[in-house]
Amino acid sequence: MSTTKSAPAENALLASQAQLSVGDYASNYFRRVRAGDLGALPIVVGLVIIATIFQTQNENFLTARNFVNLIVQMAGITTIAIGLVYVLLLGEIDLSVGYVSAVAGVTMTLLLKGGLHPLSFVIWILGLFGIDPATLESLNFQLPPLPWFGAIPLALLVAALIGILHGSIITRFQLPAFIVTLAGLRAWNGVVLILVGEGGTIVLQDKVAIGIANTYLPAVWGWIVTALMVLLYALAQFAQIRTRRRSNLAHTPIFLVLLQVLFLAVVAAAAVYITTQDRGVPVIGLILIILLAGFTYLATSTRFGRYVYAVGGNREAARRAGIQVDRIRVYVFMISSLMAGCGGLILAARLRSVATDAGGGNLVLNSIAAAVIGGTSLFGGSGRVVSALLGALVVASVENGMGLLGLSSGVKFIITGLVLLVAVLVDAISRRGRAQSGIA
Amino acid sequence: MADQPLLELRGVSKSFGAVQAISTVNFTAHTGQVMALVGDNGAGKSTLIKGIAGIYPFDEGEIYFDGKPVTIRSPRDSAALGIEVVYQDLALANNLDVVANMFLGRERTGGLGRLDEAGMERAAIETLNSLSVTTLRSVRLPVASLSGGQRQAIAVAKAVMWNSKLVILDEPTAALGVAQTRQVLDLVKRLAHNGLAVVLISHNLHDIFEVADHIAVLRLGQNVGVYATAQTTQQDIVLAMTAGRLTHVPGMVEA
Repeated sequence: MSTTKSAPAENALLASQAQLSVGDYASNYFRRVRAGDLGALPIVVGLVIIATIFQTQNENFLTARNFVNLIVQMAGITTIAIGLVYVLLLGEIDLSVGYVSAVAGVTMTLLLKGGLHPLSFVIWILGLFGIDPATLESLNFQLPPLPWFGAIPLALLVAALIGILHGSIITRFQLPAFIVTLAGLRAWNGVVLILVGEGGTIVLQDKVAIGIANTYLPAVWGWIVTALMVLLYALAQFAQIRTRRRSNLAHTPIFLVLLQVLFLAVVAAAAVYITTQDRGVPVIGLILIILLAGFTYLATSTRFGRYVYAVGGNREAARRAGIQVDRIRVYVFMISSLMAGCGGLILAARLRSVATDAGGGNLVLNSIAAAVIGGTSLFGGSGRVVSALLGALVVASVENGMGLLGLSSGVKFIITGLVLLVAVLVDAISRRGRAQSGIA
Repeated sequence: MADQPLLELRGVSKSFGAVQAISTVNFTAHTGQVMALVGDNGAGKSTLIKGIAGIYPFDEGEIYFDGKPVTIRSPRDSAALGIEVVYQDLALANNLDVVANMFLGRERTGGLGRLDEAGMERAAIETLNSLSVTTLRSVRLPVASLSGGQRQAIAVAKAVMWNSKLVILDEPTAALGVAQTRQVLDLVKRLAHNGLAVVLISHNLHDIFEVADHIAVLRLGQNVGVYATAQTTQQDIVLAMTAGRLTHVPGMVEA
């Protein structure tokens, strides 16, 4: 706080409103890093290490083709992890996201295909009681094939309703989310098996639905859209500075904001350039950025987001402040399932089909790992939406690299486990440093 | 105490099942004054303030606010009158910054439901300035990084920001060191000086004699007396707390 111009010395708070210089920001940043508040630093270092290791083992890792593949591969977990960040902010967990994503994927695929038997559940249950399914099947009730703009929203609606169901059970009966969503994990797994049915795989044929994960922008459009996004970011930053100036509050130095915008522009330009060397900017990459921006806005700039942090930080304080804690929790589980549903559609689009094993494997663990590796605390109240992207980048890079090396599943699992462990260790150690220096 | 009290309780009682927590207690709080409420454990201090706050409404008795009879059946009623309570555990969210805590549950928003961060920050700074809270480096620090005294100050500032008229502080110095107790006591004096009625609950008679204008003593759920701080001593208060004259002794058959 060296460059105070006209601040009255008798009041520290007013003095703190004096404009800080770039040098102050730099020294503050290094002080925070030394104290253990590392921010995104470990992720960047981790990614450099991962890239170096895999590139030395297999020269295909750092290629334009693999970069585009990586974006498409990480889209599913990133989307699911965005919802999980909200759940983790509450200090809760949602284990059901894997199969909820599959339920959404199957629902979309069946609705697009048509002929989804709305009575199939009834028939199946009656079959358990020994009633001949043929009598009901003879009714031959079939749904017409829906267009994509009907099937996709309906599938997402189903996912959101599942989340509301989870949240309502958890809050109404005061059950641990861990158990309720564990029950959900099994039950929705069963629903997927029944819906997919005997064949084991349903092929997705709708062009738009497949296009979610398989469309690439021509180079010109890639550049235009990216430039627009950087411009929007810059405008938002400067609008913030303007309102803070009007209220006579301290703001980030303009030089620093310009630096941030420049950095973003360079990174974005590099990414676009690399993708244009291959198939072009994947549309799914843009969808991810829009989702991240939207959910970041929800978390940081709205009452709802503020209440999510408050409930995760101190539920009693939130309750006394008049926040309807249970309603917030239900909404968060709805968001979690809704984003799982989005992820399910993306995964179905990427595979161009839904199989009985959809939503299984290590999808849940990878998604939770992505949120945690990205820096969202498992204990609630601390984390950012963008951690879903950063963590998913790490998880997907490791998977992608190991795939290139042709490692066996056993080795893959061990390495994925170790990466998660290292990430949590780094977080725990830096947290201790922060606690000691009182940054929280 | 010639002028009209801001808050006046007349003969309030509250029982929990068979336990008579307070019986026919009278209590007043005046604008611009600090009224201390003392008593041994179980004397009924908490029951009294929870009744005023509307958490456990009184069974009987009358409440006058600004000279008018009022009913307080819920925390919302008391908040509507301008009564704010700062509880011992403060109820702050450690992960949120000072501004977010001060506006928690009453955030200002603009278009698109966007939080009006600049406006809230400005108002938070103004409130803290009016209370001369000077030790805070920035209102954008998370509460977890503040000292106990600073947290108490934030909790008080949060309470007085909403045009409140009466602030009840429950053991505000209980967990604080010497320097921080000093800050909080100064803050209590300033609240009264700024024109609020302050009710201070404390076990520390030293603190009370420093800031209170009057001291109300409760014993076994009954009034023992109200003393002007300037005309009494700590010995008198201790005597009143432990052996003050009761109108009726619990357990004894009324004559």
